[in-house]
Amino acid sequence: MIFKEGKPIYAQIADRIEDDILNGKYQEEARIPSVREFAALMEVNANTTMRAYEMLQNRNIIYMKRGIGYFVSTGARELVLDNRKNVFIGEDLNSFFHEIYTLGIPIEEITSLYQEYVQSMEATKKLMEEEGWS
Amino acid sequence: MIRIENISFAYRKGRKQVFRNFHADLNLGGIYGLLGKNGSGKSTLLQLMAGLITPSEGRILLDDKDMRNRSVTSLQKLFLVPEEFSMPAVSLDQYVRYMAPFYPRFSAETLKRALDCFELSEDLHLERLSMGQRKKAFVSFALAANTEWLLLDEPTNGLDIPGKSQFRKILVQEMNDERGVIISTHQVLDVEHLLDHVLVIDQGQMLLQKSVEEICEILSFVRTSEPEVLRRAIYQMPSLQGMSALLPNDDGRESSLDLELLFNALMEKREEVCRLFSAPNRSNQA
Repeated sequence: MIFKEGKPIYAQIADRIEDDILNGKYQEEARIPSVREFAALMEVNANTTMRAYEMLQNRNIIYMKRGIGYFVSTGARELVLDNRKNVFIGEDLNSFFHEIYTLGIPIEEITSLYQEYVQSMEATKKLMEEEGWS
Repeated sequence: MIRIENISFAYRKGRKQVFRNFHADLNLGGIYGLLGKNGSGKSTLLQLMAGLITPSEGRILLDDKDMRNRSVTSLQKLFLVPEEFSMPAVSLDQYVRYMAPFYPRFSAETLKRALDCFELSEDLHLERLSMGQRKKAFVSFALAANTEWLLLDEPTNGLDIPGKSQFRKILVQEMNDERGVIISTHQVLDVEHLLDHVLVIDQGQMLLQKSVEEICEILSFVRTSEPEVLRRAIYQMPSLQGMSALLPNDDGRESSLDLELLFNALMEKREEVCRLFSAPNRSNQA
């Protein structure tokens, strides 16, 4: 995995697991890889991975069954979506607004660009489904 | 535990001392990155720990036993993979038959897992391997020896591109709380995310001995071109996105460790960096 600068690695690993919950790779109530398996997959220290699991556990996104492993909580998807949305609106959207305000870009222009983006994403998704990639 | 107790060492009497009154304690359950410039004594330190050479003053204790005695029980507890090594002209099978009995916890399953991970077959002949393949085979044997301590001198040198990633995977997979690994390296990017602890040696002394967690509590690693941030930087170097800068971590937010930046900062701004670690309001247990 390629890690971004700045954000701690454990938080990026947690993000990655959340992504996999959102995209359906890990279903609710399904077991996720053990800390060591996931560490090997990411090629990072197991303690770093453990911190990611602890963070997700504290947020009730995953839970541990003693002696068996970690599982995705019921309602995890919703939780992840809510958390991500709050972070996005609280942080990223603000710098986005700052930029379009500074550059004087009308919101209509952004809206139409966003619609194009949605269309192209859905076209790609459809194509991938037809090719059997998903 | 390995205790390096105030050792001094020079390769010959009257020659420059590689270590002077050098002290360190290393505990099982962690992956240690051993960093230092060329000629700073990284390989010498690993050889001292392995009992291949002995300090002129001080002692190296492995679970309270002096490595100087090279007792069987001590030697069974560690395995050193030197940067360069030769292997006998035998099949891997024969090699295992000769060498595995020295290591009571040797695991044939681990050997198989490691060879699989490196995409090596089990029926190989050691003499007919390329340098990189020999390294993969030797590292596989070293992991399988299942010793408490594993000392790796530049383990990623000579490995091909997939080999470096395979090395990280198998090391993380075979690591556990009853094992300790010390990796000496210049290839900081190869091991950056594997480490629990960082050891930096320079001029015969231990310059830094901290856990990655502590380092990130005390220091921030940022990429920025904002002048206000750069003004607070202890050390900075140019990177693709503005500057890589090392700052005191004032707001408690954690960033991800940049080993190259840390190492260069230690070489250039030693006192400033070390002062942050010894500030009185910080706990500085290694």
